[in-house]
Amino acid sequence: MDTPFYVQFFWFLGALLFILGLKGMSSPVTARKGIVWAGYGMIIAVVATFFVPGLQNIALMVAALLIGSAVAWISGQKVQMTDMPQMVAIYNGMGGGAAAAIAAVEFSRGGHHDLATTTLTVIGALIGAVSFTGSCVAFAKLQGIMKKAFRLPAQNTVNVVLALLSVVLGVAVIGMSPADPMLIVLFFVVALVLGLIVTLPIGGADMPVVISLFNAFTGLAVGFEGYMQNNPTLIIAGIVVGASGTLLTQLMAKAMNRPLTNILFSPITGNGEGGQAIEGTMKELNALDAAAMMRYASKVIIVPGYGMAVAHAQHKVWEMTALLEEAGVEVKFAIHPVAGRMPGHMNVLLAEAGVPYDKIYDLEEINGEFPQCDVALIIGANDVVNPTARTDKSSPIYGMPILDADMAQNVIVIKRGKGTGYSGVENALFYTDNCRMLYGDAQPMAGEIIQHLKTMG
Amino acid sequence: MTEMLALYIFMLAAFTGYEIIAKVPVILHTPLMSGSNFIHGVVVVGAMVALGHAETVTEQAIGFFAVALGAANAAGGYVVTERMLGMFKKKEGA
Repeated sequence: MDTPFYVQFFWFLGALLFILGLKGMSSPVTARKGIVWAGYGMIIAVVATFFVPGLQNIALMVAALLIGSAVAWISGQKVQMTDMPQMVAIYNGMGGGAAAAIAAVEFSRGGHHDLATTTLTVIGALIGAVSFTGSCVAFAKLQGIMKKAFRLPAQNTVNVVLALLSVVLGVAVIGMSPADPMLIVLFFVVALVLGLIVTLPIGGADMPVVISLFNAFTGLAVGFEGYMQNNPTLIIAGIVVGASGTLLTQLMAKAMNRPLTNILFSPITGNGEGGQAIEGTMKELNALDAAAMMRYASKVIIVPGYGMAVAHAQHKVWEMTALLEEAGVEVKFAIHPVAGRMPGHMNVLLAEAGVPYDKIYDLEEINGEFPQCDVALIIGANDVVNPTARTDKSSPIYGMPILDADMAQNVIVIKRGKGTGYSGVENALFYTDNCRMLYGDAQPMAGEIIQHLKTMG
Repeated sequence: MTEMLALYIFMLAAFTGYEIIAKVPVILHTPLMSGSNFIHGVVVVGAMVALGHAETVTEQAIGFFAVALGAANAAGGYVVTERMLGMFKKKEGA
């Protein structure tokens, strides 16, 4: 099929706008413009496609476009910022599913391609299908539909067998042209099951890395199907996302000090095994004392974690920050790379509450400042401030970069109960002499502190 | 398109993707992941072409499914990314 020049030209324009858009998104100042440019690129590419000669089923096409985009548009508008990661997961899964379905249509038509094209089409179909079911599982887990990590006996063996089986079936599809419909169906079924089985045992804490990995997968799948269709825009968009997604996945895995193979094949067990016993007791304090400590401090660093987000306390925390600043206290926010559910997720949540991003600091920027700070206020964060990651080689989280909150003069921890964090590891910070615990839900606690601050004037 | 030309495109696109992410501050990782998620939503274009060439009812059904999923990927990816990025402000009340 020959695509006329004017269609090709507008597809090219789409690809150009995608790259400019992504480039724009790499700085907070131009990020908003970036996504808008990319959005124009998408509209241009889609409209141009209607002018590809010889297309049938136009009514069906319009119906599918309207249904798909309307459902996603509305759900995307409604979703709360705390639930953003699972929405990214589900939309990503849909893209993977679409790439796999493109391959399915092509197999069904029995189009004749050379060996390289057929191979790439099959690989794209495989990773697209894995990304589809895998992302659906990721969505279900983060949304709380699926509560527990589900681990098969001999999970790793099952993974390997399924992966090999899907590759063998894929090779068979490539070898037989046109392939038997039953073989094609079997290939897709195995690929879909593979995505499901691989993702099921992965715990919630590791899920962001997995979502990022599937994002890269979908990108590659789109790129390969684009090659089959002779469409450079699909190749460029797909491969750019595939490459950037792979790098992003690595960065995330590194921030957690968990190699990707660990995340996929040996999830943190969560029963707290390993690690030395911790001596000392946890010491409590009340909201009034906490307010006084911060009000008369010269510098406070706030370390927010996912606990703050689920309690929807970010607005209260920002209100508290404003009061402290009025009283002349210097307040900074310290964000661990994996705070929240995705890297940067906490920044989004704080931005939603109105915290300007120049008050928010990365781990490397802020770690040197803890010793000079009077109070480190930890809200719903746990593993990311656990000093055993620095000191105890037997601890499962040993080696993970942490925020050195324990170096602060005083530490106040707002926490719901005495339990351990996501990893199930005891936090030595809570037992140190300069640490005080403020038990309660983050939102009412921040509210109480605000009340006390107001009476102090 | 010749295979070699495609190979060059693959290579240059891979480097472009790598370079774009390599310099991004951590605070933008989530929006950027969401943004790149939107960009592979261009799969909807491929899905439209596939549906446009579908002949049997099965092919039409799968093609319809592909276009709907692709459109959802693009539309949903755009909305969530735009909402997230809309929150990044330099100063309060600005």
